[in-house]
Amino acid sequence: MTHAPTHHPPRSSKMSPPPPSERPGYFGRFGGQFVPEALFGAIEELADAWADASADEAFTDELDRLRRHYGGRPTALYLAERLSEEAGIATWLKREDLAHTGSHKLNNVVGQALLAKRMGKPRIIAETGAGQHGVATATAAALFGQECTVYMGAEDCRRQRLNVVRMQLLGAEVVPVESGTRTLKDAINEAFRDWVSNVDTTHYLIGSAMGPHPFPTMVRTLQSVISLESRAQFAEQVEETTGVAGALPDAVIACVGGGSNAIGSFADYIDHPEVALIGIEAAGHGVGSGHSAATITEGREAVLHGARQIALVDDDGQVQPAHSVSAGLDYPGVGPEHAHLADTGRGTYLSATDDDALLGFRRTSELEGIIPALEPAHAVGWLLRHGHEVLDDDARVVLTMSGRGDKDVDEVVRVAGWDVGVDLDEADKVVD
Amino acid sequence: MADEPIRIVTEDLRDAIADGEVAPSAVDETDDIPPERVVDPADVAAERPDGAGRVAHAFAAARAQDRAALVIYLPAGFPDHDTSRACLAAAAEAGADVLEVGFPFSDPVMDGPIIQAANQQVLERGVTVADHLAMCTVLTDEVDVPALVMTYVTIADAHGYGRFADELAAAGIAGTILPDLPVDESGPWDDVAAGAGLASVLMASSVSSDRRLDAIAGSSTGFIYATGLLGVTGVKSVARRASEDLVDRLRTRTDTPIAVGVGVKDAQDARAVAGFADGVIVGSEVVAVVADGAPAGAPDRVAALVAELRRGVEQG
Ligand SMILES: Cc1ncc(COP(=O)(O)O)c(C=O)c1O
Repeated sequence: MTHAPTHHPPRSSKMSPPPPSERPGYFGRFGGQFVPEALFGAIEELADAWADASADEAFTDELDRLRRHYGGRPTALYLAERLSEEAGIATWLKREDLAHTGSHKLNNVVGQALLAKRMGKPRIIAETGAGQHGVATATAAALFGQECTVYMGAEDCRRQRLNVVRMQLLGAEVVPVESGTRTLKDAINEAFRDWVSNVDTTHYLIGSAMGPHPFPTMVRTLQSVISLESRAQFAEQVEETTGVAGALPDAVIACVGGGSNAIGSFADYIDHPEVALIGIEAAGHGVGSGHSAATITEGREAVLHGARQIALVDDDGQVQPAHSVSAGLDYPGVGPEHAHLADTGRGTYLSATDDDALLGFRRTSELEGIIPALEPAHAVGWLLRHGHEVLDDDARVVLTMSGRGDKDVDEVVRVAGWDVGVDLDEADKVVD
Repeated sequence: MADEPIRIVTEDLRDAIADGEVAPSAVDETDDIPPERVVDPADVAAERPDGAGRVAHAFAAARAQDRAALVIYLPAGFPDHDTSRACLAAAAEAGADVLEVGFPFSDPVMDGPIIQAANQQVLERGVTVADHLAMCTVLTDEVDVPALVMTYVTIADAHGYGRFADELAAAGIAGTILPDLPVDESGPWDDVAAGAGLASVLMASSVSSDRRLDAIAGSSTGFIYATGLLGVTGVKSVARRASEDLVDRLRTRTDTPIAVGVGVKDAQDARAVAGFADGVIVGSEVVAVVADGAPAGAPDRVAALVAELRRGVEQG
């Protein structure tokens, strides 16, 4: 055994860390760890625990078993023929709507909740916008016997009432957030405040590929199961019909809120430059309308929620409220890896309006018998209305159907003003 | 403007201070400085007369009186700019050694309900950083204690680090506290701030590793902000044992003054913290007394609370 030299801490000398791009947790100049000092114990512990767990076969085997037997993976990849015909572009849907709890969110949640258990943290907290991440978190907490608190903007509680009830049924405490704009960003602030206050017992289970390192990398890794599966499934299906092996899609398309389903959908294709990576943001009433959530299209480089990213921030530095018909895309920031993919040009980020999304919602239901969540309905609406602006007639694309739309039905009827022949008040009376 | 500035500092004098020719206290044109506050200008000029030097000087002056320094936080523009300026001036008059002026931010993750509500009220009125700076320019002329700005890094980012630092310096501000800019990320701002003559106060926590405390002690200028508890402002009370341990861990690393804040609620807390720290920071409770009643009476309410807190730090 050798003697370690006695270490004297540097005194009054400025620490000069290497440039961002060379540091863990940075994607180019985006990412980092912009959080109060009080959280460093927790995020350093988390980074270590994650590195340790992902190298431990017992952990990854358990995760794999849960994904298959509990979560319903792998999810189907399905060539949507009637939708393809309408779009004029051959479109495969990656069916995350078929996963347990009805969206891709469980991929991330089961991994992080298992990690929290391994770290001995009995309590998990989460933010949620559409409620899908909250439901997934409440589900995992029930499965592992963890205490669970979910922060949800008061406005989103109203829009996504069904999911509030689901979380409560699963045993979670749902805290409506009344501060700020009362939506997802404020729910995230509240979750950070809870975490700062209860860091010893609590794991903050962030729901998207955002936040301080190690979250963006960890969430991406957990969600990359989407592209690992879709790549193999696509190649297999193409080989069955054409006999050509190893085919890749020409483009992968996903909606982008914080960016978790999109980064998971892109991950296994990033090193294949012939595959276009297309992220669709929510443009609300339209780009430039002042009622939009199209962060990459309209935002600027800024620190938000622990990372340098792209966010809707005004000249004075205040974060602007985002707007989208879909609560899950109603977020004024985007994860750092997407900011980097946009910056380098590897990713193409475009947008769909509320109206495009409603078209996508309706046509996916009518043509395929699949009621999509409003979030991926943006990707479908974009494909139907604008796909040809960037894709060739003979393109073959994989579009991530990130969730199912049961939660959105009431809101869609309300916003679109569709006459479904059943008055909500009348329906209530019948129940009474 | 409601009140005549109590003290006038001309542009020339300000430059002279910046160049180290005159100590800030020597600029005072009135002769009502309490005798114990007069410090030999030569001593101060020999030190750094920049923001960090002015803050260090304020801590040294308190220490010379065998007490901890009192640092008082209030948000700019709450409930309006004239009132917030009058409250900050009243705090200085009543015994605050250093002022912290909050620039409200839309997403303040370190702040609890009291400061959040005050910030939100300011933001809803549509006032901007330019308005806060204008208020600071008048304030720093009026008072003879250094004033720091506490805000979030996104604000500095949007203005551009260089421009923001220059604007703060021009408004007479002595330094910044950016709670979401931890030491590994603070290098670029620290450099720009130092270039503009501003202190950059970093935060330390009881959960900071030894490596991080080394870095914080090595980089923080003016003082080190030791967080008194694990949590946000204005909810729980200061955790005395944990903060004392943190102060001890920092002491072995640096001579920079160490102030404890977050969770100091009353004179009793202030006295306890003053027993082991070089400074005591109080925010939410001061904001609460501003909010609790008509704006016209706010400066008097602040003065009464600050005088009480000052007695607390004197007994510590
Ligand atoms: C079905 C669905 N898709 C997409 C999103 C957006 O999140 P992300 O961009 O992290 O995939 C959400 C968020 O709630 C969602 O519920």
